[in-house]
Amino acid sequence: MNLTLKVWRQKNTSDKGGFKTYKISGISADMSFLEMLDVLNEDLSGKGEDPVHFDHDCREGICGMCSLHINGQPHGPQQTTTCQLHMRSFKDGETITIEPWRANAFPIVKDLVVDRSAFDRIIQSGGYVSVNTGGVPDANEIPIPKVIADESFDAATCIGCGACVAACKNASAMLFVSAKISQLALLPQGKVEKRARAEKMVAQMDAEGFGACTNTGACSAECPKEIKQSNIARMNREYFAASVSTEKV
Amino acid sequence: MSWVSKTLNSTLGKKLLMALTGIFLILFLVVHLAGNLQLLLPDDGKAFNIYAETMASNPLIRVVGILNFGFIALHAIYSAILTRHNKKSRPVGYAVTNASANSTWSSRNMGILGALILVFILVHLRGFWYEFKFGEIPYVTYDGVTYKDGYTVVAAAYENILYVIFYVVSMGVLAFHLSHGFASAFQTLGINHSKYTPFIKKLGLGFAIIIPALFALIPIIMFLQNS
Repeated sequence: MNLTLKVWRQKNTSDKGGFKTYKISGISADMSFLEMLDVLNEDLSGKGEDPVHFDHDCREGICGMCSLHINGQPHGPQQTTTCQLHMRSFKDGETITIEPWRANAFPIVKDLVVDRSAFDRIIQSGGYVSVNTGGVPDANEIPIPKVIADESFDAATCIGCGACVAACKNASAMLFVSAKISQLALLPQGKVEKRARAEKMVAQMDAEGFGACTNTGACSAECPKEIKQSNIARMNREYFAASVSTEKV
Repeated sequence: MSWVSKTLNSTLGKKLLMALTGIFLILFLVVHLAGNLQLLLPDDGKAFNIYAETMASNPLIRVVGILNFGFIALHAIYSAILTRHNKKSRPVGYAVTNASANSTWSSRNMGILGALILVFILVHLRGFWYEFKFGEIPYVTYDGVTYKDGYTVVAAAYENILYVIFYVVSMGVLAFHLSHGFASAFQTLGINHSKYTPFIKKLGLGFAIIIPALFALIPIIMFLQNS
């Protein structure tokens, strides 16, 4: 495959940045998108140019490190992570535009690398169980219905990649935050603190400068882990219930 | 900051206000339509005029009327606040977006649709509400009781084809606004359930088509009757 790549290049956070166009050839349709970028970077390194910086780690679709806004969609045209996106999803001779996630809360570090530590700070504000849960309980000691366990696990599959923020026209982090709130609120160990947790995590989300939700559903449509909109509704319920019921004034 | 203002100033709280005022305005549309459909009765406006007088003189309705103005204002002001906040959340946009792959057009353009509806409401209030209340208006007598003849004012206005077109187009805009807003309000309130959400979505779509269509039918029929 021969491709034209329009890649966002930006030296550092304060640099203005701009697109640079690269021609690339000899790409196999079976390569992953990141392998294609590896080929480009080999090429650039060989010519003594600065390679394109992008985030990646496991390349198995489970770590949430890869990002990239490809042809106007987070993680490109397939509902998967960029590392699991293959070049067969593109046509020979196509021009591919590659941009970093765009959000006030995700400042660009360099080229396509953005700082997603805002998500870490949201988790630190309450996305955990603060009691020591001890050793593994005996099976069936704490009965949890299968549907509830599944619902919680579905929410827990969120890898925190930030595609929801990137897809949302408001750069809202509601899908991420709601997945983290849901996964804990549904299970006995996490239920105890669910109200206080919702208040703290939403407050931190707002402090980070993420946008509000318009319920367009773009986040779920682009989420590589298919996190559902019902989680956002649950977060809203938990937050409003917390607001009117917790003792903290 | 009190807990109430803390909640209402959060991104979730602002959306809660949008949803609650939105649902009130949805209910208002139904009541308003029921009243307006009386314009089409073949009685030269008798039923409509009596209804309008009853509404204007009922203290409960007058309180609800003031609330209605308040909620329209609140809905518009909070949408402006949210839009400003959301724009600030993404100061640098994308060069390429493929938004139609993940969301509907109306869901992404609620602000523009809402602004157009606000323009319509202002024109509508000037043309009818203001005229009924403060304008020079003819009177009619039914069974010895004198009423304001609002029907004649409405009929005269709908003789103008441009006015009719403006009304019909505005109802189209309202339809798109409702097609997202109706179901969206329930999601914001935290109502999302595998049994009820599909029903709410269908109900919202039906509401978004039927209510504005019936509203639009009134000026069309009255224009055709006049010509």
